[in-house]
Amino acid sequence: MSRFKKKKSGEVPAVSTASLPDIVFMLLFFFMTVTVMKDSSLMVQNELPYADQIQKLDKKDRVIYIYAGKPSQRYQDTYGTSAKIQLNDKFADVSDVAAYILAERAKKREELQNVLTTALKVDQETNMGLISDIKQELRKVNALKINYTTRSGDAFRNMQ
Amino acid sequence: MARRGGAPEVNAGSMADIAFLLLIFFLVTTTIETDSGLDRKLPPDEPPQDNVIIKQKNIFTVEVNKNNQLLVEEELLELKDLRAAAVKFLDNGGGEGEKGERCDYCQGDRDPASSDHPNKAIISLRNDRQTKYSTYIAVQNELVAAYNELRNRESERLYGRPFTTMEAEYLDPKTSDAVKDELKPKIERIQEMYPQKLSEAEPKTN
Repeated sequence: MSRFKKKKSGEVPAVSTASLPDIVFMLLFFFMTVTVMKDSSLMVQNELPYADQIQKLDKKDRVIYIYAGKPSQRYQDTYGTSAKIQLNDKFADVSDVAAYILAERAKKREELQNVLTTALKVDQETNMGLISDIKQELRKVNALKINYTTRSGDAFRNMQ
Repeated sequence: MARRGGAPEVNAGSMADIAFLLLIFFLVTTTIETDSGLDRKLPPDEPPQDNVIIKQKNIFTVEVNKNNQLLVEEELLELKDLRAAAVKFLDNGGGEGEKGERCDYCQGDRDPASSDHPNKAIISLRNDRQTKYSTYIAVQNELVAAYNELRNRESERLYGRPFTTMEAEYLDPKTSDAVKDELKPKIERIQEMYPQKLSEAEPKTN
């Protein structure tokens, strides 16, 4: 320490820290805008499969999410281990999908109502039977644009 | 600011620590989610038109059974060979297209026993109810990859850039309208050359 003190014998002028709060606020605002708030907590296992021919999903307000998979560990006692559909914050039946899509569609602004995409976030261990049933329901309510949400990665990793 | 005589300056050295604390907190909690996946379009729920006769040679059947095995054109196939097989089928161009034209951009074998024209070629995917979702996605991914491979090839030839990047730019909400208008005819032209005709049959129930 003595080495630093050698240069100036007098009092060291204090560094102005008036701008530090500004920096903190800048950081705060940056993360506030970047953070995506989760709007529903997952009640199913959701290990998405891999794919590499993927397209980015549209803006968030144009997407309706449907989750499916085995119930998470803490719900397995009450709901069993067979794959289930989750809509918003509840487990649902296949027959509820159509009503859910119509309700979600009605909530959106009018100009968005016919550009909506349905994102299927399905666990990779799920059987196709459930997904086929969901797709049939979606066809009934004319929600034809779908997106199989995946992680980006080599598709061959799915086969292991 | 006027400095008063002997007023002690507040030591703000720890402010930086606070800033870092906040920074690290947000860094840990933030998940910057970019959702992406395979876009698909379902067929409308209408009674099927009858009297549509499609020649067997224009259909490329892919079946996935409950043990996640692939049966392509009645033969067992590994997933890694699916893309090449699909490309070969789509790019065959052995006959005449919908309007009686020949495929002058196809680079396939022109095998008369395979598809006539890319705009006639249909890939039919059928899966079992017991098929695992991850397998299904892998198969979908390979089939989309086959289309993308051909589209990229033609796009490179005509416009000097891959189709997938053009499409990504077109779909990006940040792209300006002027650029979009310029890209649209190009994308439509490529899509017309290799239309994605991927039909999904109802799964087998057994």
